[in-house]
Amino acid sequence: MAKLTIPAEEYMYPGHAACPGCGAALAMRLLLKGLGPRTIVSMPACCWTVIATPYPTTALATGLLDHPIEATGASISGLRAAADAMGLKDLEIVGFAGDGGTADIGLQSLSGMLERRTDAIYVMYDNEAYMNTGIQRSGSTPAGAWTTTTPVAGASHGKPEPKKDVMGIVRAHHPVYAATLNPSFPEDFLRKVERARGLHGPRFLHVFSPCPPGWKYSSERTIELGRLATDSGIFPLYEVGEDGVLSITRRGGALKPVAEYFRAQGRFAHLTEAEIAAIQAAARANWERLLRLATPPPA
Amino acid sequence: MGRQVISGNAAQAHAARLARVQVVSAYPITPQTTIVETIADFVASGELPAQYVKVESEHSALQCVLSASALGARTYTATSSQGLLLMHEVLHWAAGMRAPIVMGVVNRAVAPPWSLGSDHADTMSQRDTGWIQFYAESNQEVLDTVLLAYRLAEDPAVRLPAMVAEDAFYLSHTFEPVEIPSAGEVDRFLPPRDARAVLVPGRGLRLGSFTGPVEYVQFRRQVADAMERVPAVLRNVEREFEEITHRHHGGPLSTYRTDDADTVLVTMGTATTTARGVVDQLRAEGHRVGLAKLRVFRPFPAEELRALADSVGRMGVLDRSFTFGEHGAAATEVRGALYGAPRRPSVSSYLGGLGGRDITPGLVRKVYRSLESGGSELPTWVDLLPEEAPAHG
Ligand SMILES: Cc1ncc(C[n+]2csc(CCOP(=O)(O)OP(=O)(O)O)c2C)c(N)n1
Ligand code: SF4
Ligand SMILES: [Mg+2]
Repeated sequence: MAKLTIPAEEYMYPGHAACPGCGAALAMRLLLKGLGPRTIVSMPACCWTVIATPYPTTALATGLLDHPIEATGASISGLRAAADAMGLKDLEIVGFAGDGGTADIGLQSLSGMLERRTDAIYVMYDNEAYMNTGIQRSGSTPAGAWTTTTPVAGASHGKPEPKKDVMGIVRAHHPVYAATLNPSFPEDFLRKVERARGLHGPRFLHVFSPCPPGWKYSSERTIELGRLATDSGIFPLYEVGEDGVLSITRRGGALKPVAEYFRAQGRFAHLTEAEIAAIQAAARANWERLLRLATPPPA
Repeated sequence: MGRQVISGNAAQAHAARLARVQVVSAYPITPQTTIVETIADFVASGELPAQYVKVESEHSALQCVLSASALGARTYTATSSQGLLLMHEVLHWAAGMRAPIVMGVVNRAVAPPWSLGSDHADTMSQRDTGWIQFYAESNQEVLDTVLLAYRLAEDPAVRLPAMVAEDAFYLSHTFEPVEIPSAGEVDRFLPPRDARAVLVPGRGLRLGSFTGPVEYVQFRRQVADAMERVPAVLRNVEREFEEITHRHHGGPLSTYRTDDADTVLVTMGTATTTARGVVDQLRAEGHRVGLAKLRVFRPFPAEELRALADSVGRMGVLDRSFTFGEHGAAATEVRGALYGAPRRPSVSSYLGGLGGRDITPGLVRKVYRSLESGGSELPTWVDLLPEEAPAHG
């Protein structure tokens, strides 16, 4: 019989300020269910600065520390150093940053934190653009996406460059654990958070975070979009242990066509059939590359 | 440990050790490096049981100690020049978060062109960040001031970060006899940090947050009020320090032979030592000259300056940096402080010693001579070479 694996405890209050259907809000809620109350969340400027609600309120039942956008890696190193110096045991230190704050302006301090083996969990919630500042492109925005700085007009057809491979960058640092998570698959999400929680050393979680206003879809479709992203190979779910062994954690049958995922979002509405076909080819190649990396190799 | 002949940088490191700092984080830059190397040795040998986080930039160094401070740890970092400029964003955060971080700064010129020389442009660019600023004249003062800075910064009435600046090479790499207090003496003066108002594990508490205009102004006012409480707290802390160590460095504005002086020069850092010698010579020659050392630049000791101005006819200010479009930062502030004073001496601005040019006794004599002959409204560069056309008069 299937056991309910999602803890009932809540460490994120319902009174938060996220848009309806916000994937980043779900990500935090599930994350804290897995980590529990003895967690300190360290947060740069991002949508979550606002979601957490203004002074004197807070949306979290845990400690929450704000800091500059590029400083998440440094902040969690400092928190862990203080916890160790002060003998504070059983404290989970979590950096919770957006894709822009991680893949772009904060990449240096992320690399620093991984390299100096800080005992902390770094979470990148990936809504694939600078949302807090009004949907500008980030290094993590996928090719073809409309944003306010990659408009669809004249010669411009959305973002020309492909999405930055942050997991690849992270894996090159050999963290004790790195995984991709998607709130549309809560059991897999929680299992990964719990696995990360049981380890010591640098851990990295890349969380898929659909964003209705930024991606231009209606808010009730967040879970559905998340499922499509994974099942069409756009956002595969996998984890990598300290030994470098990569395991794919969701392997449906055949991949679904990416068109369904792309056609559901206004940010891709301008893409031609040919462009979607090119994206389909890239997604398949990416998935096959991942399968080759995975252990055990697929039968 | 008694008396030892050590560099200003070693004085910083010894002070951090004696303060029993719990978290240190730093990134190397000349001429700060021997501070962080010495601390690394203290940590490695077990003399300082601290967590030492070696980070990949100064921005990260300051954030690292800021976050550690937010959890309640006593923290130390040190930098210089470009490193301090890179920290600028986090400097504001540290003061706004009321984190009692103490930082050693070795005053060095900023690029371009690259220069390692002593110059106050780095710290002067950070005047408005909410940090308490000390400028030390000797290695003894460096060590003592770092200890004073912890007591002051952590005082519940203050809770602000403090930087203790020392001139590049003139202090950082110059060896002087320094009385190193014993651990027992320092422990009596500086108990462990009382870390209230910090993140508490297991509690839903947010530090930083965001606000509308109403609370924003309230938070900024609290920083301003804390700054205003610094002089009174510093007075007490210096008195206590004196009781234990028998040393006192003279408050925020430390004066020398000003009692019956009609001409007073205001200096900062090591230029003061040179000027003190010149004052003695000029006194012997019958000139009624005196000296005032700006030891604390933030909060600016306006009250002490007004008291001094009451009995003085002419004042000069010697700045070791240049504020483009204005002139010497200290001169501007001295003038500002005196504008509303009942008696206002003339205040002349002198610029010298930038980029590591030596401030010699001859130069200081030139400044006093200029002052005694009436001074000048416009800033005067005192150490230009003959072929360098003066920017002003
Ligand atoms: C140094 C600095 N530059 C720019 C900003 C403005 N800024 C605030 S939030 C943000 C967007 C961050 O994007 P991301 O990390 O992806 O988080 P999201 O808003 O998408 O949740 C930016 C650019 C800032 N706060 N600090
Ligand atoms: S803009 Fe997007 S990421 Fe930001 S709160 Fe709204 S849904 Fe969430
Ligand atoms: Mg984003």
